[in-house]
Amino acid sequence: MNDGVYVQLLDLACGALLLTGVLVLWRRELAVIIRVFAAQGVALAALVAVLAAHENSPELWIVAVGLLILRAGVLPLLLARALAAAGPARRETRPLVNVASSLLAAAVLALLAYAVSRPLVALSPSPATQAIPVGITVVLIGFFVLVTRRRALSQLVGFLLMDNGITTVGFLTTSSVGLIVELGVSLDVLLAVLVLRILTARIQESFGDADLDELRELHD
Amino acid sequence: MNELLLLLPVAVPILAACGYGLLSWRPATAWIGACAAAGLLAAAITIAVAVAHAGPRTALGGLLRTDALSAFMLIVIGAIGLAATAATPAYFAAEITAGRATPRTAARHSLLVALFLAAMAAAVLAANLGVLWVAIEATTICTAFLVGQRRTRAAVEAAWKYVVICSTGIALALLGTLLLNFAAHHAGIRPGLDWASLAAGAGRLNPGVTQIAVLLLMLGFGTKAGLAPLHAWLPDAHSQAPAPVSALMSGVLLSVAFYAILRVKVISDAALGTGFARTLLAGLALASLLVAATVLLAQRDYKRMLAYSSIEHMGLLALGAAAGGQLALAAVLLHMLGHGLAKATLFLGSGHLLQATGTSRIEAVRGLAVRAPVLAGCFGAGVLALIGLPPFSVFASEFGIARAGFATGLGWATTAALVLVLIIAAALIGHTSHMLLGDPTPALGPGAATAPTRLPGGVALTLILGLGVCAAVGISAGPLSTLLRLAANTMTGTP
Repeated sequence: MNDGVYVQLLDLACGALLLTGVLVLWRRELAVIIRVFAAQGVALAALVAVLAAHENSPELWIVAVGLLILRAGVLPLLLARALAAAGPARRETRPLVNVASSLLAAAVLALLAYAVSRPLVALSPSPATQAIPVGITVVLIGFFVLVTRRRALSQLVGFLLMDNGITTVGFLTTSSVGLIVELGVSLDVLLAVLVLRILTARIQESFGDADLDELRELHD
Repeated sequence: MNELLLLLPVAVPILAACGYGLLSWRPATAWIGACAAAGLLAAAITIAVAVAHAGPRTALGGLLRTDALSAFMLIVIGAIGLAATAATPAYFAAEITAGRATPRTAARHSLLVALFLAAMAAAVLAANLGVLWVAIEATTICTAFLVGQRRTRAAVEAAWKYVVICSTGIALALLGTLLLNFAAHHAGIRPGLDWASLAAGAGRLNPGVTQIAVLLLMLGFGTKAGLAPLHAWLPDAHSQAPAPVSALMSGVLLSVAFYAILRVKVISDAALGTGFARTLLAGLALASLLVAATVLLAQRDYKRMLAYSSIEHMGLLALGAAAGGQLALAAVLLHMLGHGLAKATLFLGSGHLLQATGTSRIEAVRGLAVRAPVLAGCFGAGVLALIGLPPFSVFASEFGIARAGFATGLGWATTAALVLVLIIAAALIGHTSHMLLGDPTPALGPGAATAPTRLPGGVALTLILGLGVCAAVGISAGPLSTLLRLAANTMTGTP
């Protein structure tokens, strides 16, 4: 692959990552949000595939396929099944912050991400590292979703967005942290999501159609 | 043979977990967990002796590594794990009689606890930051269902908060890990996440990137260690979990997460100078102590009281780590052991108290000293140990931390911390004396008068032994002092 095409494809994949992140803030229907999340998984896998083609690394190709299966297949499927199990009243998120302010917040978070990642880019300027702020922005948007959404499922999406962002940063900085660590990280994320999925079911069982806001049993 | 020894602390609990997967809960199988914990403790002591004589060693192609610090942490895990698992059969006997649990719940509980012990052992044996991260996240997954085991609304809520907050915090630590790997890659350090090579080459790390990485790592592992401002999960999870799990989480899990901070601090000190980590940790310490002091004054629930006291002690550990230096770090490690033993004893005792009285409200418990002298004695002695009265080892370690704080220019922070510790001690004594003393006719609390409060013999023995060890270590650390000195050396970089 020549360098011009590589940079263009890389930027395209990163653009898709950022766009899907912002879309999650814009839409309110959980079914759509889950589809957007799956699209982000595809973008992430595509990003790794571009890096794999550039570095000619068979190991990275395998990782890209694994990411595609996990982030665009298994995790969205788990979320969709959780949504199907929930009642119709729970199909929409109820954000604490309205859409316009959320989008403004996303812009501010992107600026913050660029400011924070300046030393990272300065350490080794290359097309890949120059895209690091995109990863950090997705992490920050994920955190924002996590703290401003009240449905258990939307919080779960926020957590997974954060995780997508962290994975992006990981691949953009250095190609590999060792296969065992990567496997362990993927397994842990999958298990954490499974645990949270079971807990959402139990919350529905014992609280009925309640928001997390109404989880007020424990306080001082 | 040597390689095998290093695998034992992880393998023995996993075998016990397999045992609980295959066998059902019977009087005989109830003790498998305690046997595994005893095996873990024995392996830990053997490893400690070997390390003290022959230095650090590695296993599994460099994935596991043990030095004096990890050997000491293994001993802490083994000792408190043994106390918690030894009290488990009696705890479940009472729960099953009361109809709150079934033998299946008990077997599943023991399976998860065994995996939990294995994950903690793997965390302290990990030779690199990546494996440590995976192991610490694994502890969250193992304990999630233990926290929510009772399936009441409160328990499910606590479990949800626990998993969401801790997973988010630990995700920050993952980002920090990746950035540190990036910096190490550019400094030519291979393998980039190995503790030993990172510490050796830390001087070459890019300061800008390392600063961000260290900040994220300390905040992330600080979440799991229950340091303010991300402590919100701790009081809920510790008060809702079954007593043996509360004992393990409060007594060891927090310390294991703090161990990660200690390791990161070594790298931070070498790469950025001591100032950065010192300011950060002192800030976290004071915030934690302040949170604990304000909430403890008006606390109405004795399990939450113990949980907030854990936040206080984590704050003290952070203060000691901020001071740095030989004396402070040895005191920090001793404090982990002393606090772990005292807190485990108290949580096990409070679990029995909850079973006997049916309430965890402080005002509903009166005159315990008359109705259940052994339990009251253990509870009272445990609280005295927590607030740092001699002869318990917490006294020695708090004294060491305070002295090091004044000696290293953290005078104002240490003074503020000591004032807060005094306030907390007063609050703890006030609440505890309300529970232990007074007229035993209970005005409040259903079933408080009729329920038997006699402590089963095995549990009483566990509690007394736990406090006895805590006091014995306080009087003389004995062979432990060599290990403490070696472990402090590995953290200060002096040979």
